[in-house]
Amino acid sequence: MIVSDRRRALGVLLVLAVVAVAGSLTIGSVPLHPGDVVSVLFGGGDELQRTLILDLRLPRTLSAFATGGLLAVAGALMQVLLRNPLADPYVLGLSGGAAVGALMAMLGGVAGWLVSGSAFAGAMLSTLLVFGLAHGSGSWTPARLLLTGVVVAAGWGALMTLLLAMAPTSRLPGMLYWLMGDLSHAGSPWPALAVLVVVCVLLFPLGRTLNVLARGHVQAAVLGVSVRPLEWLVYLLASLLTSVAVTTAGTVGFVGLVVPHMLRLLIGNDQRLILPACALAGGTLVLVADTVARVVIAPEQLPVGVITALMGVPTFLYLLYRSR
Amino acid sequence: MSVLETDELVIDIPGRASGSALSLTVSPGEVWGVLGPNGVGKTTLLHTLAGLRTPRSGQVRLDGNLLADMGRRRIARHLGLVFQEHQDGFPATVLETALVGRHPWLSPWQMESASDLGRARDALARMDAVDLEHRLVHTLSGGERQRVSIATVLTQNPGIWLLDEPTNHLDLHHQVAVMKLLRELAGTGRAILMGLHDLNLAARWCDQVLLMFPDGQACWGPVREMLLPSVLESLYGQRLKATELDGCPVFIPV
Repeated sequence: MIVSDRRRALGVLLVLAVVAVAGSLTIGSVPLHPGDVVSVLFGGGDELQRTLILDLRLPRTLSAFATGGLLAVAGALMQVLLRNPLADPYVLGLSGGAAVGALMAMLGGVAGWLVSGSAFAGAMLSTLLVFGLAHGSGSWTPARLLLTGVVVAAGWGALMTLLLAMAPTSRLPGMLYWLMGDLSHAGSPWPALAVLVVVCVLLFPLGRTLNVLARGHVQAAVLGVSVRPLEWLVYLLASLLTSVAVTTAGTVGFVGLVVPHMLRLLIGNDQRLILPACALAGGTLVLVADTVARVVIAPEQLPVGVITALMGVPTFLYLLYRSR
Repeated sequence: MSVLETDELVIDIPGRASGSALSLTVSPGEVWGVLGPNGVGKTTLLHTLAGLRTPRSGQVRLDGNLLADMGRRRIARHLGLVFQEHQDGFPATVLETALVGRHPWLSPWQMESASDLGRARDALARMDAVDLEHRLVHTLSGGERQRVSIATVLTQNPGIWLLDEPTNHLDLHHQVAVMKLLRELAGTGRAILMGLHDLNLAARWCDQVLLMFPDGQACWGPVREMLLPSVLESLYGQRLKATELDGCPVFIPV
């Protein structure tokens, strides 16, 4: 793909992202005029508008965007690492570990950042467990890692069901919403956004190396890639991205699998283009889904994960069908 | 130009008790053929020489440096390998596949330039594959895919070429074209070592051969001294008839 095409692709995604952010800030139970939103962002507006935008809608908008970006980039990295188009952070048991951590905290009656912290710890524990077990006696193949991840994920799934079965009825709705992804309790968006931006910048000089890795690890080694350290780095980065996303919004499924695929079908498989494009497109998808989730049956809210799946599945199937 | 040496090298074949220690020197301008029956360790040897596998004992040196101490990127600037099998995970075009050969030569921040693209296109043209440029590699025939693999190493342009059965899937014309190309590369100072199954190609195009026997023994030397019918019959466990054509030995299994 030539340079001007790349710029255009990223430009289109950037415009879509800005439109989604603007939509998310103006649409809601109290519709706002775009002019009012702009004036609030630049320090004007009345008291109600300021509270509505700066304390409620803006943090949630940015959290949604960051969550989607993190998950999509993590998915793209996992697919390159495992050279398997079906890989996604959740397949490797990360979300399962996070979910068990969060559900245990909720069952214990705590709320707020303790739930997030527990989810983060669960995701990291799962990462170490999968990587340690797959590493085993030293042979470390993508198939082995994938299989270990799938089995560990199944184990977490059983634990989740157990926790839900033991939970008192009063706590069940909160737990189920968390499992399906829920941004209404998201805290400050800045840590997640910062992680997303820093990782994208760090990954840029690795882009061509990742392209070579996608062609298989022996081919990459012969072309000058130190495969093992790179695979560790990619796995740890993808785990970190997923953990941060899950901590922010619960388990929003599907984004990590479907966004990188859609983009590959549209703009090819150069990681230098795909990774930033994933950050923008993933963010936009989750943001639009969250906007829909909070207005469609307002004042009730739907879990965002349901909307991402309902929007993503048909789009993905259409693109796949069209691509040959 | 680069020299590849082995000091008392024993490759690691699981389940094999011992084997000959190889001490050979592949010098610029030489074309080596590695011959032996299936499963004897030709591919393992090539991968060990490329630093992809650790030997059971002994060492590989590239221009006097221990291969085990060199970084992958530095190795890749001196040594290229054409694999016997191709793993094509994600869809990629023929041009992109040839272009990855430039990877060891570019810094992390560099994008591929027009001159890099030019090198990749020249390499494809050398392999008679320039018309395939926009095709996806997984849609190619076996022989076309093999030519693209060789084009990738041509783009990489190393001093040492290792090839694992480079004539696999190739038609007669392209087999000869590849052999001519390798001879020409040797003529410009490259060192070539390839695993082969075709005795007649080895007899015609190689200077040196390494014979690998199923029991782990090996011997090597100039092609005229090594390719004797009695030795080859015991190597493959197959009766052969030998004759001579244009001053070059020809072997036919009978």
